[in-house]
Amino acid sequence: MAAYLVRRLLGTVPVLLLITLLVFLLLQAAPGDPASLLLSDETSAADVAEARRRWGLDQPVHVQYLKFITTAVTGDLGKSFRFAQPVSEVIAARLPATLELATAAIVVAIALAIPLGVWAAARPNSWVDNLGTGFGLFGISMPNFWLGIMLILLFAGQFHLLPSAGRSTYGVAGPEQTGLYFLDSLLQQNWPALKDALLHLTLPALALGTNMVGILMRVTRSSVLDALQEEYVVTARAKGLAERRVVWRHVLRNALIPIVTVVGLELGALLSGSIIVETVFAWPGLGSLLITGITARDYPLVTGLVLMYTAAFVIINLAIDALYGVIDPRIRY
Amino acid sequence: MVERAGGAWLPARLRIKVFAGGFIVFLLLVVGTLGPLIAPHDPNVQQLRATLKAPTWFTGNHLLGTDNLGRDVLSRIIYGARVSLLVAFAVVVISGFVGVSLGVISGYLGGKADFAIQKLVEVMWAFPPLLLAIAILAFLGQGLFNLILALVAQRWIQYCRVVRGQTLALKNRDFVAATQALGASKARIICRHIVPNIVQTSLVVGTFAMASAIIAEASLSFLGLGVPPEIPTWGTMLADGRIYISTAWWLALFPGLAIFLTVLGINLLGDALRDMLDPRLKRAGSV
Repeated sequence: MAAYLVRRLLGTVPVLLLITLLVFLLLQAAPGDPASLLLSDETSAADVAEARRRWGLDQPVHVQYLKFITTAVTGDLGKSFRFAQPVSEVIAARLPATLELATAAIVVAIALAIPLGVWAAARPNSWVDNLGTGFGLFGISMPNFWLGIMLILLFAGQFHLLPSAGRSTYGVAGPEQTGLYFLDSLLQQNWPALKDALLHLTLPALALGTNMVGILMRVTRSSVLDALQEEYVVTARAKGLAERRVVWRHVLRNALIPIVTVVGLELGALLSGSIIVETVFAWPGLGSLLITGITARDYPLVTGLVLMYTAAFVIINLAIDALYGVIDPRIRY
Repeated sequence: MVERAGGAWLPARLRIKVFAGGFIVFLLLVVGTLGPLIAPHDPNVQQLRATLKAPTWFTGNHLLGTDNLGRDVLSRIIYGARVSLLVAFAVVVISGFVGVSLGVISGYLGGKADFAIQKLVEVMWAFPPLLLAIAILAFLGQGLFNLILALVAQRWIQYCRVVRGQTLALKNRDFVAATQALGASKARIICRHIVPNIVQTSLVVGTFAMASAIIAEASLSFLGLGVPPEIPTWGTMLADGRIYISTAWWLALFPGLAIFLTVLGINLLGDALRDMLDPRLKRAGSV
């Protein structure tokens, strides 16, 4: 197991290197010289040349790439044009907001999709199954940003039940510890802040999680249906186990591998979905930061974020692989 | 072909999918192609005295209301359908061509070609979906060409993976061995014997790619990274509408509904196609 993981970890190194190359090439292809972008129009040609020399822009492309990658490996992603701070600091400040939103969305998706999927599979072609299938189709066809807007229209605009933007009401949250408002308020036993954080989370998490509900529900259904055909199910039933126990204890455990795979794959969709949902709900996370960076042509920030998102996705997939062995002890590497 | 296959033996559930999906897609194609003929107004004409007019339903001048510049929402949705269809269609065809070609080469030739293509797949696949598209548009700038490029960048992979797997299986079948023994060239075997056998599967992949391309295009336009703002698209309409959400609900409702119904129709049709043509794909889901 450990040897397998080390091998996989080493295997991701060339992939990550190629990713940095691709991002670097995109950066090179961007119209406009970073030097002229950064300096004011009145700067003399000599000053521009001096700046280019200072930033290494006069070096050959491969030297620039080498420099780009050596600094990136050490976590130094350069300085943001827009925020005049190191990119890594800007990202670190926004990371908890995205983590909180993504976690909430996954919780919503799993809590809805797995029971629905198992229920539908246990009674194929019943009304429950039809409802579940319909909901699954609804989930995968729904653009998350439109769902977000509709949720705002309904729950914030019409019924005034939930807030439509941001992470907290001004002045309610206590001092930041982890940056995850939900966790912070729990740690500080600050109940009004906890309620406030949950209320703010609800709509964005629903908007972000719904696509995943659709896909996860479909996979759960088909995977459970497959597992129900196995012989151990017959044995379990013959032993006289209650059907509920057969389905939830015996079948679901065995049906879990495809479900976990899809959760892993969908995390990527969740990461990119969060970019849009954060924009809709003015959620101060990495997604809205990326859009701010793009609008401001803040190339170091955009590059840093793209690299970080991708590295996170690669690592998540690795973690999912490692999980297989835990779920199914028969799997040995 | 699909209609012929869809005879009386189709189960009721499949029939609903075929009819509902087919109807929506047919409607979309009609609206897309006949756009200028059926749109009641010019989508870009501003009537500053008639801004933010609520929908009048079946009476009055603006069925689905007007936007903040007094432009007719229905006409903009109709014109938006053209852009969505055009972009999605181009993306599906180009990525299909690239993906199927690379998939067949990868599966049939194996060796170094396979290694290189699979490495490329691995790298492109390592990007969270949409992020690569966002990065491409962020660095290369907006525009129709860049938009299509950005959407193709990851969409060919799905074809490539499925086709490679199928090619690997086909390669070992007797009819291919027989053709090889007859002295057929690799190119001939690929074009005449392998490709015809993977068309059906690619069609199913293509249907789902179309649905995802429409959502992706709308998402990018919503973020302001899609086509230039003067071209009406469902995504940009939603982005504009979001600002007026508290006063003009119709601006956010109708363009989104258009996206949702379109994607739903294509997904229904894709589901039905998959069930009819290739039940083995069922587990792959419509990701």
